[in-house]
Amino acid sequence: MRIVVLVKEAPDTYGERFLDLETGLADRNKSDRVLDEIVERALEYAISYAEKHEGTEVVALSMATEDATASVRKALAMGADRAVLISDGALVGADVTLTAEVLAAALTHIGYDLVIAGDQSTDGAGGVVPAALSELLDIPQITKLTTIELDDKAVSGTRVIDRVTLKLRAELPAIVSVTERFPDARFPNFKGIMAAKKKPFEVLSVADLGADIDVLAKPRAIMTEISAKPPRAAGVKIVDEGDAGNQLAEFLKKNQLV
Amino acid sequence: MSESQVSPEDFVEILGGLREFIREAVIPLEREIAEKDEIPQSLRKQAMDLGLFGYAIDQEWGGIGLDVVQQAELGIELGYTSLAFRSMFGTNNGIAGQVIAGFGTETQKQQWLEGIASGDIVASFALTETGAGSNPGSMRTKAVKTADGWSISGEKRYITNAPIADVFMAFAKVTDETGKAKVEVFIVPSNLPGVTVGPHDKKMGQAGAWTADVHFDEVKVTDDALVGGQPGIGYKAAMTSLAKGRITIAALAVGQAQRVLDESLAYAAIAKQGDELIGNFQLVQAMLADMQVGVSAGRALVLDTARKYQSGEDTRIAPSVAKLYCTEMVGKVADLGVQVHGGAGYIREYPVEQIYRDVRLLRLYEGTSEIQQLIIGSNLMKQKLAEN
Ligand SMILES: Cc1cc2nc3c(=O)[nH]c(=O)nc-3n(C[C@H](O)[C@H](O)[C@H](O)COP(=O)(O)OP(=O)(O)OC[C@H]3O[C@@H](n4cnc5c(N)ncnc54)[C@H](O)[C@@H]3O)c2cc1C
Repeated sequence: MRIVVLVKEAPDTYGERFLDLETGLADRNKSDRVLDEIVERALEYAISYAEKHEGTEVVALSMATEDATASVRKALAMGADRAVLISDGALVGADVTLTAEVLAAALTHIGYDLVIAGDQSTDGAGGVVPAALSELLDIPQITKLTTIELDDKAVSGTRVIDRVTLKLRAELPAIVSVTERFPDARFPNFKGIMAAKKKPFEVLSVADLGADIDVLAKPRAIMTEISAKPPRAAGVKIVDEGDAGNQLAEFLKKNQLV
Repeated sequence: MSESQVSPEDFVEILGGLREFIREAVIPLEREIAEKDEIPQSLRKQAMDLGLFGYAIDQEWGGIGLDVVQQAELGIELGYTSLAFRSMFGTNNGIAGQVIAGFGTETQKQQWLEGIASGDIVASFALTETGAGSNPGSMRTKAVKTADGWSISGEKRYITNAPIADVFMAFAKVTDETGKAKVEVFIVPSNLPGVTVGPHDKKMGQAGAWTADVHFDEVKVTDDALVGGQPGIGYKAAMTSLAKGRITIAALAVGQAQRVLDESLAYAAIAKQGDELIGNFQLVQAMLADMQVGVSAGRALVLDTARKYQSGEDTRIAPSVAKLYCTEMVGKVADLGVQVHGGAGYIREYPVEQIYRDVRLLRLYEGTSEIQQLIIGSNLMKQKLAEN
């Protein structure tokens, strides 16, 4: 069994994050760059599955600039067996469709039984890459899972929406995406960190993938405008004159917080 | 000293990983640890997984094999959060583990070090007794030769991790045929008949780290329990373990001082009197400046000391200098930290209140400040007189 986890570097949500209003891209150099948290949860699932099932290989796949190496290496420190980084100057600013095309080519190049992704990244928050990959690779997708069960033939899991819990199942090979409800990831241990340096880490360009991808084609999705979120307005102060409880309840109701 | 088994590049990542772990997994639990006077089992498990129980133990035995300089840097990082957390694996890496790692026979290392490095075994260092703290040579615990081993009797006090210990490095006096008594150290599993551990002490600070009395009542151990396999090693083992431990204590002090500074600075940058940030008052800035000076000087001193220890240039005076300076420094910095916080500094929910109590211990154990002065002063004189 080979599980490929799609890993993405993102600005650390722990600190402040910045958007370049000229280009519409996250200004990655202004914040700490880390593996996106949702990705770590996906990796955690794959690695703990591999620990319990001999013969499972976990591959971390990322498309990013080459300086994302350190973040991707964290996947190896956590316990992934090898990493593949698709890095190509021509891909800077790639839209989701181009990203999906490149990842699909990389997945074909690597080979996979199961692909796991986060349901959406904390920076771009597009959330469509798994669906696009399913289409491009012609494999089933089950997305936004809160649990996964996996065997040699199929993957199944639950998706929780509003008041319904769905049980979904797909034959392998398949792609799934997981939500924040997956358990916290482990911290890479000291031995894992040392071992990571010795694990295979491939850096490939688009040409290396041997796929027919026109990176210069006009982007299919165009961002027409971008603006920063307006600064937070002052909150509502409730002074308790005997009716603070009611006022609080009113406030919560009005803002649909309950 | 043994060379590092971890490359500088790997170590940078280990340190970064530890920083992240402390920030995300330990600091959020500080209040809980303090209030429950207990380290959550889940955190203990994470510390085991990480490799924290054996960072100072050679890779041959399943440890990480950091050198003394790396251990000092790690210590500064560990000092950034509740000292009780570090105490949980402090005896394994430090005073107790080092007795076997540094002075044990091959068989003893084989039997114990792997479990100590993984954290499956908790090792404790049992030296101090009533009336024999600063002067351990006056201890009354004794070991008497039997046909196939030793019988140990005596009372120890304030022994870190005793309530959870699987094994004690028990120091006891052995009297030879000529009537001369020497301190030896024995490996004593805590489940042997005759070993009892008292209830854990109620301490001023470092809740979550436990100390207790340990009683040895004619505890029978076999010959191979004597560390090093032959007499004459105990006192040296204690002094060597303690000297190295002093660098760690100094490093922890620097970490705590850094934390106090960060907390105080953050507070000074949001708390106001009237419309003025307290951090804009020059008298508050003066306190922040003094704290920064202490932290910077302490950090430089600890790392320099570790390098000198590592190279063998100074394994005696320098660790005492670092411990004396850094632990006194953090006492002052913690005091200033409380002052910057005003009344809030006296309130439990602010970390400086806890740190103020926690760091008090650092000036007492592994040699009081006065004992450090004595070591420094007497060794300086010894060196001078040897020159003449
Ligand atoms: C929380 C905690 C954890 C501990 N953990 C351990 C442990 O794991 N293992 C262990 O073996 N011990 C441990 N100890 C014991 C600790 O190392 C001793 O308490 C310390 O060395 C001081 O000894 P004492 O308490 O007997 O004080 P004393 O030695 O009686 O000191 C009292 C005062 O006299 C001063 N003094 C003593 N002798 C001299 C002298 N010759 N000249 C000038 N001044 C002197 C001291 O500096 C001090 O100010 C721990 C103690 C505490 C509080």
